[in-house]
Amino acid sequence: MLKEKKKKKETLVGWIEYRLPIFSFLKHLGEYKTPKNLNYMWNFGSIAGIALVIQIVTGIFLAMHYSPNDATAFGSVEYIMRNVNYGWLLRYMHAVGASMFFVAVYIHIARGLYYGSYKSPRELVWFFGIFIFILMMATAFMGYVLPWGQMSFWGATVITNLFSAVPLVGDFIVRWVWGGFSVGDPTLNRFFALHYLLPFVIVGVVIIHIVALHVHGSNNPKGIDVKSKNDTIPFHPYYTVKDMVGFGVYFMVFAYFVFYQPNYLGHPDNYIEANPMVTPEHIVPEWYFLPFYAILRAIPSKLGGVIMMFSGILILFVLPWLDHSKVRSATYRPMFRVMYWLFIFDVIALGYIGGKPPEGVYIFLGRLATFYYFTHFLFVLPFISRYEKPLPLPKSISEK
Amino acid sequence: MTKKAKSVLKNKVNRRDFLVLSATALAGAGAAMCAWPFIDSMNPASDVLSLSSIEVDLTPVEPGQTLKVLWRGKPVFVKNRTDKEIEEAEKTDWRSLPDPQPDSARVKEGHKKWLIMIGVCTHLGCIPIDNSGDYDGWFCPCHGSHYDTSGRIRKGPAPLNLIIPEYKFLTDTKIKIG
Repeated sequence: MLKEKKKKKETLVGWIEYRLPIFSFLKHLGEYKTPKNLNYMWNFGSIAGIALVIQIVTGIFLAMHYSPNDATAFGSVEYIMRNVNYGWLLRYMHAVGASMFFVAVYIHIARGLYYGSYKSPRELVWFFGIFIFILMMATAFMGYVLPWGQMSFWGATVITNLFSAVPLVGDFIVRWVWGGFSVGDPTLNRFFALHYLLPFVIVGVVIIHIVALHVHGSNNPKGIDVKSKNDTIPFHPYYTVKDMVGFGVYFMVFAYFVFYQPNYLGHPDNYIEANPMVTPEHIVPEWYFLPFYAILRAIPSKLGGVIMMFSGILILFVLPWLDHSKVRSATYRPMFRVMYWLFIFDVIALGYIGGKPPEGVYIFLGRLATFYYFTHFLFVLPFISRYEKPLPLPKSISEK
Repeated sequence: MTKKAKSVLKNKVNRRDFLVLSATALAGAGAAMCAWPFIDSMNPASDVLSLSSIEVDLTPVEPGQTLKVLWRGKPVFVKNRTDKEIEEAEKTDWRSLPDPQPDSARVKEGHKKWLIMIGVCTHLGCIPIDNSGDYDGWFCPCHGSHYDTSGRIRKGPAPLNLIIPEYKFLTDTKIKIG
C-alpha cells in the first residue's frame, strides 16, 4: 500500500518533470554550490530581492485605493492615510521601502566594486545589474510623482525637462512625454501606468541577472576562483539561513523608519498639493538621486549637464575594461583599496552637495567632486590596474 | 548534382534567401509602422490642443507689477515695466549676451512697457521669481539663472531668453495670448 503510494508520487513527479523541468530546477537551487567564505556583504542581493517583493505587494494594494487624476490624486493619498484600513502602514512601507531598496542596492553595488565582482567572467551579471539600477531609478522617479505634491510636480517638471536639452527634437520629446504643454493630468496617468509596469520588468531582468550569476557562481571576498568541492557549500541550507538573518536585521531597520521616522527620508513640501503657479524655493530630488543631481548642476551648460549626469551611470558599463587588473578583490590590491574608499567618499560628498542650494562654495565643491568622479573611472582605475603590484593571492579559498 | 544544389553548396544567394530576407525586412518595416499609433497616442490630445488661447485685461496691472496668468498649464508673465526698467533693457549691449536679442524684438511696437513672456525658466522649467537676481529682472531659484528686465538670460545654466508666446493687442488694454 505504502509502496504503491510512493511509486505513484514518483510517477507524478516524473510525469511533470518530463513535461516541465520544475523539479530539477528546484534541485539546482537546493544544491547550488556557493563559495564557503562569503561575508555579510553578500546578503544584500537577496535583501534587494525581498525589497522588490515588498514594493510590489504594498504597491498593488495601494493601487486599489489610489486615483491617478490630477484633481483627485493628492486627496486619494490622504484618503489612504486616514480612511483606508492600515492604509498608513501600506503607504509608509511603500515610501520607506523605496529608500530601503536603494540602500540595499547601493551597498550591493559597492560590494561588487570592492571585490571586483564585475570582472570576467561576470561582466553580463554586472550589465544586467546596471539595467536593474536604471529601471529602479525610472520607477522610483515616476512613483514619487504620484502623490501629486509640490515636490512631485516640480521634480517631474525638472526631470522631464532634461529631455529638452536634446538638440532639434528636444521640445517634441518633452511634449510627448507630458502629453500636453506642461506636466499635467496626462503625465500623471501615464506615470501611474508605467510605475505599475516597470517593477515587473525589473523582476524579469532580475531573473536574467541571477541566471547569468549561476553560470559561474558567486564571486567571494578573496576574489579567486573556486578550485574544488572543498571551497564550496550548498546554498541551502547554509546561505538560505544566513539570508534570513540578514532579512531580520533589514526588517528591524525598516520597521524603525516605518514606525518612528516615516517621513524622515521624504520632503515636507510634498504634503502641499501640486501648484503649477508656484515653484518651491529649493527643489531637491529624493536622497538616492542626489549624487547624480549634483553632477547635473556642476556643469554650467544645459546639454552638457544632462550628458554628464547620464554618463555618470553609463560609465559603469565600461568599468570591467577600465579596471583591467586580473586581481578581483581589493583585499589584495593596496592602491586600489585606498582609491576605492576615496571614490566612495566622493560619491557621498556628491550626495551631500546635491542636497544643498547651488550657490557659493557648493558650486565649486560640486565641480571638484564631479571631476574626481570621472577621474576615478577614466584615469585612476586604468592607471593603478597597470602599475599596482598586488599582494600574493592565496592558492585556494580553503587556504588560511 | 543539380544546378540549384550546386549553388547552395557554393554558398551563393539563391531565390529562397532572397525571399526570406525581403519578407523579413517587409515584416520589420510593417511592425515599425504599427508602433506609430501607440507612440502618437502619448502626444497631446485634441482637447489639450484646443485649449490654446486666452484673453488678458491689462488695466489692473500697475507699473512695476507682474501679472501671472495660466496658459497651457504654464504661467505667463504680464509685466508692466517702469521707465527705468525699459531704459536698462534698451541700453544693454545685447550683442554680447548668451542669447543675443535686442529689447525691441521682445516687445510689440508702441507697447514697449508691456513685456509678455512664458514664465518658465528655459533651463529645467521652474518659475523664476520677479524683481530679483543680479539684473533686476527674474531669478530662478532652482539652479540659479538670472534674467534681466527684458527677460534675457544673463547668468546661469539656462541657454535661452524667457520665451515670448504668440500674442497680439486686441485693444490698448487687452491682449490675446495664443
